[in-house]
Amino acid sequence: MSRTPPTVSVLPTRGLVDEKFKVLVENLPPGRPVTVRSLHRSEDDHYWEAFGFYTSDHRGTVNVSKDQSVGGTYTGKEPMGLLWSMCPVPGSRKGLRLRKLNVCSPMLVNISVHSGHEGFRDQAPLASVLIERWYMAPGVKRIDVRERGLQGTLFLPPGPGPFPGILDLWGGGGGLVEYRSALLASHGFATMSLDYLSCGQPVFTYAETAFNFIKDHPQVVADRVGIVALCIGSLPALYLATDSTVVKPRCTVCISCFATFPNDRVVAGSFEELTSISGNVPVDENNHEMWRDVGLEMMSGCPKKVNTGKLTSPLLLVSGCDDQNWPSIETAEDITQTMRAAGNDHLLSRLDYPDTGHLIEPPFSPHFRSTKFVTADKRKMMILWGGQTKPHSDAQEDSWKKILSFLQQHLCSSLNAKL
Amino acid sequence: MDKEQRCVSLSVHPSRGLMDEKFIVLVQKVLPGFQLTIHASYHCEDGNSWEAFAHYTADASGTVNVSQDTSVGGTYCGVEAMGLLWSLRPVPGSKPGLRLRKKNVQTPMEVTISVYQGHQTEGFVDQVPLASVLVERWYMAPGVRRIPVTEDGLTATLFLPAGPGPFPGILDLWGGGGQLVEYRAALLASHGFASLVLDYLTSKITMETGKMVDNQYFETAYRVLQQHPQILGSRIAMLGLSLGTSITFRMAVYSQVIKLRCVVCIGGSHVQPIDGSVKEILTFVSLNGSKVRFSEKNEMIWRDLLLPITTDPSFKVDMGRFQCPLMLVVGEDDQSWAAYDSAMDMKEMMERAGNSHLLTILSYPKTGHLIEPPYTPHFRASIFRKVGTREKFMVLWGGQTVEHSRAQEDAWKKILVFLRENLYGGTNPGATLLSHL
Repeated sequence: MSRTPPTVSVLPTRGLVDEKFKVLVENLPPGRPVTVRSLHRSEDDHYWEAFGFYTSDHRGTVNVSKDQSVGGTYTGKEPMGLLWSMCPVPGSRKGLRLRKLNVCSPMLVNISVHSGHEGFRDQAPLASVLIERWYMAPGVKRIDVRERGLQGTLFLPPGPGPFPGILDLWGGGGGLVEYRSALLASHGFATMSLDYLSCGQPVFTYAETAFNFIKDHPQVVADRVGIVALCIGSLPALYLATDSTVVKPRCTVCISCFATFPNDRVVAGSFEELTSISGNVPVDENNHEMWRDVGLEMMSGCPKKVNTGKLTSPLLLVSGCDDQNWPSIETAEDITQTMRAAGNDHLLSRLDYPDTGHLIEPPFSPHFRSTKFVTADKRKMMILWGGQTKPHSDAQEDSWKKILSFLQQHLCSSLNAKL
Repeated sequence: MDKEQRCVSLSVHPSRGLMDEKFIVLVQKVLPGFQLTIHASYHCEDGNSWEAFAHYTADASGTVNVSQDTSVGGTYCGVEAMGLLWSLRPVPGSKPGLRLRKKNVQTPMEVTISVYQGHQTEGFVDQVPLASVLVERWYMAPGVRRIPVTEDGLTATLFLPAGPGPFPGILDLWGGGGQLVEYRAALLASHGFASLVLDYLTSKITMETGKMVDNQYFETAYRVLQQHPQILGSRIAMLGLSLGTSITFRMAVYSQVIKLRCVVCIGGSHVQPIDGSVKEILTFVSLNGSKVRFSEKNEMIWRDLLLPITTDPSFKVDMGRFQCPLMLVVGEDDQSWAAYDSAMDMKEMMERAGNSHLLTILSYPKTGHLIEPPYTPHFRASIFRKVGTREKFMVLWGGQTVEHSRAQEDAWKKILVFLRENLYGGTNPGATLLSHL
């Protein structure tokens, strides 16, 4: 028998994190059951894998973009299942979350093909290939920002510019989370992510300073700066879009929106106590904290809210119907009522996703229904985010496309050329 | 700045590709019928700048797709998906005779692709483009490892594909310029072949002792491949270009140590003294120095040094003794080596000996001597420094850019298929051969 051995190829071998790839297995005997598997070693030294069970066709080929997986961590026709259905390998700790902190280097994923549908972890693969997934497109520049008292990271797209700008605000986990900003810059937006939870000053003023920093940057179009926010980041985002007299965002995106002020200190922009609420949070049958109930209670007591009736620029709300961390659908509903009553709801767009949880991230990143979390008094809790893997992953893919389109529509339009 | 300009969308997929991979360059969101120039710019390691450009007109949907649309002017014309790379040329004002070769293969070649308004031919540096992206072109696929080899007096670099192996091996020899030219071996490793590129003219030993290496040097290199724990000793090939071809023929036929599964020879000849080694080949060639000609531009033409092909068997490798598949790649406009004539002579020898079923000849019209991996620029002539002297000459390699670039693309595809079939295919009971293509 004179035949070349099986091969697995992935195109592209070096892609952006939100780019699709094609995985092709060839030179198998026809009708052969095989497992296609991905394996990734994270920065914090955990192993993540995904796998699908396939059968080669009459030409001895498996095409992951076209063929059906009949089992594994994903089923059906799923071109990107090898990434979004990743979970920690058996024997791993519970409650892990996959997030890349160093966005200057790529995520390395090994894609391999194994004989049969069982016991593949103990076998040498028939073929394998290493691929890279990048957060930064070629030429994107990463710049530490420490001016004006800010603690942020600015990502500039390649080229002469000037570029539209984005202020990127994460949620209650704190820290400087860079990967979404890096990706947005790869799509042509000068984007800054900001660590606002530990800034030690009123958050709203701090966010205004950050917004102005972007706007004043020589490579940014001053009247084309928007905001993208997740969860608690929605509060400063919406404040800047409604009440700020200092800045005027051109558009705002709030993912898993948070529009209620839990207490007067937050109204004033002081967030220190917010994260200390943990410890008094109801838990589910798995002992996972359900912050959603905290939020519902907060919303039911006639709290102070951001007044979205005052919005004069477009707002996109992205919510998961199974958000167990915050009542984002209820918040979105509430904002809709407010804006309808104020007559500015033509500015509002909503994306509500069924069976989708709180952490709506860039596409193809794995979904976690709950993950580990350390409270202010050092207790290890599990926090429930919600969502079912397949619908949540679909939501990530769909919402990202629509978020980019929304941002392009409002920040890249041809009106008002910069002089 | 005009208000339309800021929305122009320019994308290249993939933005990070291998050097021999195609890409798709797409311009969108311009007005239908808009005239534009797509420009490629590259600053190479030696400080020189290269550029290519092409003139397009956007279609009714405001789009230009370089893979499908026609360039009506510039450094290339017609529908040429990769023209922005293979038609790169030194910017105006550059020194003559430049050659584009990347020394450091661990970093990508970074090419800036930009869009300018209108059909322009110069002054790009002084203008602001409508849009611009950076594209990376890599010689090493993810996971390929680069390992310097200095044992046993060798000056070499080994490139191992990603994965545990084992892999078939290739011994890679370049030509008379010497040095350690790594990019082809790196690319071959990216295609699943453990590749060892060998410096045999300016090796450390030669530089220190002044003596040329002998045949044992190549056998030592072969042994390094054969004995490597991640390389299959029974599946080793040799690939030679130019002078490297001469060495390859000699080793393939006469060495008792080197047993090859297949051979690829580009732009070379079997004409050489069959005794001795590198020194004897070089001496032989220079003995015919009076046959060097010059073009009207004063470029050296070495082609005639081996012509006419001798009938004396002590000056030709006995091709009738070849025992493995052989692929010859020749440019019909090769002005540096009489490669085509040699190929015809080899074919005749093998037909007479009854082993011509092993021979495949790829012969390309209007193609010159330097048949390299695809999508790198073609140069009809360039400055060349002969090993051992301080002298530099302008050497004529030959070839017309369009045909030569097509030949590079076609030859590389066929070379890879040939290597794959011979090194990965065939029966081999007992060997657990893992594929890493």
